[in-house]
Order: sequence, then C-alpha cells, then structure tokens
Amino acid sequence: MNIRQLMLGNEAIARGLLENGCAIATSYPGTPASEILSSVVSFEKLFSGDQKKPSAPMHIQWAVNEKIAFEIAYAGSMTGLRAAVSMKQVGLNVASDPLMSAAYIGTKGGFLVISADDPGPHSSQTEQDSRLMAMMAKIPVLDPDSPAQAKDMVAMAYELSETFEIPVMLRPTTRVCHARQDILPAEMISLDRIADFQKDPARWAATPKFRYLMHKELEKKLGAISELMQTAPLLLNPETSQVSAKRKAVVVSGVAAAHAKEIMKALDLWEMIPLYQVLQPYPLHSEFISLMINGYDEILVIEETTGVIEMQIADRNRVKGKLDGTVPKVGELLPEMIQDIISKFTEIKSDPVRLPSVPGRRPTLCAGCPHRASFFAIKKAAKKGIYTSDIGCYTLGLNLGAVDTVLSMGAAISQAAGFYHAYKHQEKRPDIVATIGDSTFFHAGIPGLVDAVVQNVRFVLVILDNRTTAMTGNQPTPDTGIGAGGEPLERVDIPSLVQGCGVKFCKQGDPYQLNEFIPLVKEAVAYSREHGPAVVIARHPCLIDRFRKDEQHQPILVEITDSCDGCGYCIQHFECPALVMDEGEERVQVDPILCNGCGVCVHVCPKDSIKLNGEW
Amino acid sequence: MNNSIQQQIVISGVGGQGVLFVTRLLAEAAINKGFPVFTSETHGMAQRGGTVVSHLKVGDFFSPLIRPFQADGLLALKAENLPQHGDYLKPDAWAVINGPSQASEISAIFFADADALAQKIGNPKSVNLVLLGFALSKLSQTVENRKSLFCSFENIKAVLEKRLTDKKKMLEASLEAIETGFNKF
Repeated sequence: MNIRQLMLGNEAIARGLLENGCAIATSYPGTPASEILSSVVSFEKLFSGDQKKPSAPMHIQWAVNEKIAFEIAYAGSMTGLRAAVSMKQVGLNVASDPLMSAAYIGTKGGFLVISADDPGPHSSQTEQDSRLMAMMAKIPVLDPDSPAQAKDMVAMAYELSETFEIPVMLRPTTRVCHARQDILPAEMISLDRIADFQKDPARWAATPKFRYLMHKELEKKLGAISELMQTAPLLLNPETSQVSAKRKAVVVSGVAAAHAKEIMKALDLWEMIPLYQVLQPYPLHSEFISLMINGYDEILVIEETTGVIEMQIADRNRVKGKLDGTVPKVGELLPEMIQDIISKFTEIKSDPVRLPSVPGRRPTLCAGCPHRASFFAIKKAAKKGIYTSDIGCYTLGLNLGAVDTVLSMGAAISQAAGFYHAYKHQEKRPDIVATIGDSTFFHAGIPGLVDAVVQNVRFVLVILDNRTTAMTGNQPTPDTGIGAGGEPLERVDIPSLVQGCGVKFCKQGDPYQLNEFIPLVKEAVAYSREHGPAVVIARHPCLIDRFRKDEQHQPILVEITDSCDGCGYCIQHFECPALVMDEGEERVQVDPILCNGCGVCVHVCPKDSIKLNGEW
Repeated sequence: MNNSIQQQIVISGVGGQGVLFVTRLLAEAAINKGFPVFTSETHGMAQRGGTVVSHLKVGDFFSPLIRPFQADGLLALKAENLPQHGDYLKPDAWAVINGPSQASEISAIFFADADALAQKIGNPKSVNLVLLGFALSKLSQTVENRKSLFCSFENIKAVLEKRLTDKKKMLEASLEAIETGFNKF
C-alpha cells in the first residue's frame, strides 16, 4: 500500500501547520482559502487520537472576520506559541490594519499569515496580489508552486518567523489551493510550549516615537532576510549551456514556475536557458538581483499577479515582464500563455495555442434555495427599488434582477445609506432594499447598521439567514452555536443583535411561505418610507447544509398544468434551474433531477399553472 | 509498476454533478497504483450550477493544468461542454460524453445517456458514476480502439470501497451506479 496521500493544496498547508507544531489556527472562510482551517480540524482530530498526542489541544476557530482572526492568532504568537491565520486575498484587506502594525512589533512564536490569491479571478472581486501587501507591510512572503511545496514552505516560514521575530506571509494562489497532489506526510508534532507572555509595553504597546525605532529595526531584519541562504532563488537547470549570443534568463515564481518547468522541457529549452525559481518574492535576495543585472542581457520574469519580483530587478533595459507588456498585467497566466511568452523570448518557433472562448454556464442559486424566494418577494414588495447586496451565494440574485450593487463585505448596508442620503431631498425617493447573508452581517454589517440607525436611513435590510456560511462550504456562523470542529459554543442571535443596534422594526419570516413573506416585506417597505430602518430576517436553512438536514421541510411535488401558455414569467422572474422551457411544446416543464421540492414556484405563476401534486 | 505512464484527462460538467468526486476517485486510483498525480479543480461560486472543469494529470508532471491540444481524454458529464473543452484534446484522443450521439472529429468518441441510466436505477444524482463506469468499460477494450485508461474498473471499485467503508448504503448505491454504466454494453 502506498503511503503517499492525495492532498488538496489547502490540506497540504494544514498538514504543514500540524507538522510544525502550530498551536493556534484561525480563519474566516473565503475561496480559495476555506479548506485550510477545516483541514487543520481533521488533521488535529487524527493527531489527538494518536499515541503521542499533544499535551494541550490546538485552538482552532472560525472568527467573525479576518481582522479578528488575525488579532487572535497574533496574540497567541506573542505568548511564544506558533500560530497561523488564513484567509483569501480580499480578507487580507480587512486584516490589513493589524498586519501593518504587527510587522513593526514583530512576534515571539512563529506567526504565519496565509493569504490565498485568486488570479482570474475565479471567485473574487479582485485579482489583487497579496505579495504587494507583504511589501507594504514590510514582511517576507513565500510563493509556493504546488501543494507539496506549500507544505514545505510552512516549515521554512516558521523558521524565518522565529529567527527574525517577524510575521511571515505564505501566498498560495487558486491553482495551488485547489490542486491535488500525491504527498508524503511527515509526522505531526507538538512543541510542548506553554503560553508565556513577557510584558514589555515599550514593544507591545509602542508609542509613535518607538515605532520609528521599530521601523528602523524592521528594515534591518529585511536586509538580513534578503541574504538568507534557505529562501534564496533556485537555479532549476544547472546543466544549462547558453548557446544564443545574448545571455538570457527566465525567472519564475508560484504556479507560473510549475507551468514553466513543464513547458521549458516540452520546448527543448531545458538545457539552453537558465530557469530560476524565486521562493521568496519579497524581499528579493540582493545577491540574486546582482546576478541578474550583471550576468544576463535579457531577463524574462513570469509571476502572478503583479510584477513584484520584476520591480525589484529595476533595470528597465534588461527586464521583460509585466511593466513592458511582455507578460499580461491582467488575468490568470495559463500555461498556454506562458508557452507563448517563453517561445517569443527565446526566439524559438512554437504555434500559439489558445482555447476559443466559449461562454460556459453561468452559476445560479440552487433549485429550492430560500434566497430565490426572498428575492422574488423583494421585487414584488419594492418594484422599482434600488437593491444593494453583498458577498455570498446571494450575489447570484443578480440573475433575478434583484441585485444592483456588490462592492465588499458589509457594503450592502452602507451603500443603501449612501443611496438614501443621495436621494433624500428629491421628491420621488426610490425604495431601497439591502440584502446581506447572516455570516456577512456578522462579518462587517453591524457597524453599517449602527450608522444607519444613527442617521435614520429609510431603507429595508433583509438578512438572508440560511443559518450557515454557504458559498464557502457551510462553515458555522456566530448564530450557529457550533465550532470549527463541531464542538458546542455560545450563540449570538440575530434578532437581539439587530434590536441592540437600535432598529425598531425587526421581524422574522420564512421565505418558503411566500404568501406570508411578501406581505411582511411590503410592511417593512411601508414602515421604512415613513419611519426609518426596517429589518426583515428571512430565515430558512440552506438546502445543501448537511448539518441542517433534519430542519428541511418535506419536499413537495409540483406539476405544470395544461393551462401553461409558455409565457416565461417564472423563468425570467424566478429563474429556478428546475423550471425549463420546452421550446417545442411552448410550455414550461419541471426537471425532476434538479427539482428539490421547495414548492415556492406554486406562488410564482401569474396564471396559476403550477400546482401542488402531493408529497414527494 | 509502470513508471512511464503519462495521461492527461479533462473532466467537465456543471456544478452539483459530482465532477470533483469523479476526479478524486481517478486520482486515488492513480496513487494506489504508485503513479504521481496532479489535479486541478473548480471551487467556489461556479459550483452553484456553473461550468465546472477538472484537470487530471497522471505521471511525471509539474503543472496542475493541461495545455490545449495536450489531453489524452475528455469525460464530459454535459454534452454541451464538448465544444468548450474538446480543444484540450490531442488529435488521437478519446472522449466519453453524456448525451446522444453526434458527429465529431474525435477519433474515439463514445456516447451514453447517463441521465436516463441514472434515473432508471432510481439514483438520478449518480450520473457521474454511471458515466465513469461507461468510460471504464469503453477504455478497457484496448484491442478495439487502442485507448486505455491508466486504471481499471476494479481499481475504481477498490477506491470506492475504501472511501465509503463506513457508509454502506451510499457504497451500495455507488457500486450499482458504476456497474450500470460499465455493463451498458
């Protein structure tokens, strides 16, 4: 039996944390980083069942947002324990405040900031490069090319962090996080350290005067880190013999390095052009910069997503990359693009290959998703309203025409306020309905709601409470009362929280009961026009949340009667994937494979052509 | 152990069909046979009914992605994905498609109505396993079409049995689905 295990990149990172004695791991879910923390939970369970089980169990938690997650893990490292916080790249924006400061103050125990980037973007608002955040904060960042290397880099990062008492960033991208590879696991260990916070207010609570000194100290650390052998760039093909007149080199990092290795071999360039892999894009090793400038006439740099390495080899006459347009500035660097770029740079013939861009299927809310019913009700209740929304599955409400804006976590509420203030002196003021998920409300919605109460913003907030963080794989929320490992925790319930923010109209309903839910939203809209903020909590568990299987209602069979004339109203306004137009028959049909039996569509057809047909 | 094996396979469908599960079964079968393996998957929003594609590379590779015209095979859980993902294939590649037969330039292409077969056994969500079973039968007939997968029907059954060892009911249903596809002809 082979002992190599198939591991997702995120699992490999989690395994790396356990193999290096991490004691505290925190996160807020976000694609492509979500599986890191859940895998820490699984490995830790395995480890605790082991003979050599740790003296103290790890602390593993989903935090309310990335800033909180960062600060919890960081404080853990201040006590000398090893800690890690993981998030997606836009989550790092939320955690950027403590990040900048922690870089100056530094750490005691090793502290890893894992920020997963999403070139493409596949599942994010932006393609931002976390390595630029590392540069801005002035902390070292490691850039893995594969799940196996990501695991190895956890060890490297902890060593770096503890040697220099500095937070270290690990920056995987989607293609590392969501690749699987056969990996040989090493032993998980416990360092048997105990929390030991050494008071030192001049450091841990430094005033601006000391911050200047810390900044100087930080620059000194970076200087030393840029000379460290362990993280120095690797020449992958020492067997190269330059044959062309011009001395050329290719520099790669992250998954672009993985693509380039394969392509250089396929194009027979492996023995001709030196290929350097940068492990630590910032700070780039000073000796490497000299080697590039003094040793080569032309240097091609291929990296994602911004030219971080390129900027540090600042000779514009020799360096080709993102800044001179040799490498695209936008979008994921697919291997076929890298093949093109390397062929041109090395002046060899290779036919450009590109897949034709065929539009795939757009994502849609699941058949039977309670959000669909909520959006349908909102459109009924505030027909010409402005619909601000937020980050989550329910962003897909835009397919129903019920989402007009999506900006950032929590912005549904503050943007609703902005629209209200912009329109409030006009005679005809549009109704404003904001939608936000339960987890997003906890994450960043609460301050916005407090502000809206203070400013008496006349809008309706519909909290789409499906009892979980659905988009990222059904992680718990603070209202769930369950921890990352399934352990029972305290609960914070949403209605009390809303009332605590000072909202006077707060009612709850089940969007599946559309006949009652539409009037409830109408009542809230009417209240908001006259009085101020109104909150409706649309509460129905997520269909695919396996923890809430027991709370789902009995599926209902529906049928389309002969009176259906194929007007398409249900398809346009309800957009359920299980309702399909039969073009030949000019009528709608129910796809029995996709239908989940929510029965909501019965209330949708204006001609009453969708009828109940008994229980499942 | 065959160390010279190099196979690149594209598996596609729409979110919810179980593209990731099929990819995983094949990847684990590869590991069990001692082959190095890479897969690349679609997660996140596209999993809500959007187009989902996995890349599976068995053998000595560095990159998790397959370049156009390099794939040895395509397993498409939706026939509509053929124009989108067919261009990954090499000239002499195979393709196994869920849907009615259609004209194609692909030399070794096999069609099966996996939706109907899955419905027939009362497990409409098992389309992915039915099609995988069908592929395993078509791609083991090496004499007929000279195409073969790196793993066999038995290898995949062994992976399923190990993965679902604590879930007897799910295991039975999964085995029935994969056998239904395998025994289609």
